[in-house]
Amino acid sequence: MDIKVQVRESDHDAYVVELGGEIDVYTSPKVKDAITELIDQGHYNLVINLEKVRYIDSTGLGVLIGGLKRVREHGGSVNLVCTNPQIKKIFDITGLVKIFGIYDDEQDAKKALT
Amino acid sequence: MNEPAAALEFLGTVELQIPSKPEWVAVARLAISGIANRLPFSVEDIDDLKLATAEACTTCIQSASGSESIDITCEVAPDSLQIRVRDHNFGGTRNDPPKPRSVTLSEGLGVFLIQSLMDHVEYNVDPHSGVELIMTKRVGV
Repeated sequence: MDIKVQVRESDHDAYVVELGGEIDVYTSPKVKDAITELIDQGHYNLVINLEKVRYIDSTGLGVLIGGLKRVREHGGSVNLVCTNPQIKKIFDITGLVKIFGIYDDEQDAKKALT
Repeated sequence: MNEPAAALEFLGTVELQIPSKPEWVAVARLAISGIANRLPFSVEDIDDLKLATAEACTTCIQSASGSESIDITCEVAPDSLQIRVRDHNFGGTRNDPPKPRSVTLSEGLGVFLIQSLMDHVEYNVDPHSGVELIMTKRVGV
C-alpha cells in the first residue's frame, strides 16, 4: 500500500497536488498534510489530480471536502482531475460531483479555477 | 445445462482477524478481493466489496471502542457473498460495565457508501460484545 503526493506550482495562480496510489484511513493523513500545508501558505486555488489514484475511501473524500471548505473561506476553489470510472462512481454516489468541479484534463481543471 | 442442486448450497466460511489499526485495512481489502474472485462477480462488484469492507473496518477503527482487533467473516455461497465485520468493545471482564461508546453507524460517508454498494446491510449492536455489521452482495444484481 502506498501513496505518492507531489505538489507543484502551476499557471493560472494554481497549485497542483498530484496523488498516486491508494487513499484510505492509513494514507489519507499524508494527503491531508500536503493540502493543509498549501492552504496555510496562502494558496487557495488547488487542482487535485487523481489520475494515478487506484482507490479512495471515505477518509480520502473527507480530506478533499475539508480542503474545499477551507479554501472556500478564502474565496478559493478545489477542482479535481479524474477519469477512473470506479472513483468517479464514488463521487457520484456520495453526491460530491455537485460540490467539486471534476475534469478529465488538468489544463481544463486549472482554467476552470479562474 | 442446469446447475446441480449442490451448487446452490453453502460453499464455505473464511475468517480473518486483523489488528484494529489503519495499516491493516489494506490487508482486509486484498483478502476480500481474493475471496470475491472465487465467485462470478464483475470487476466493479469486487471493487464495491473491497470498498464496503474497508469502510466497515475503518468505522471500527475510528469508533474509538478500544477494540484491539477486527473480525471479518465471509460466508461464501454460489450466488452471494456475506461479509460480517465485528469489533470488540470490551476491555475488561464480562462482569465489568460496558464502556460508553457513541454508535455512529448510521452516520457518515462510509456507512452511506456501504449501504449504496451492497445489496443488504444490517447491524447488531451490543454494548458488551461490540458492533457487528453484516452486509451481503449477490452475484449479477
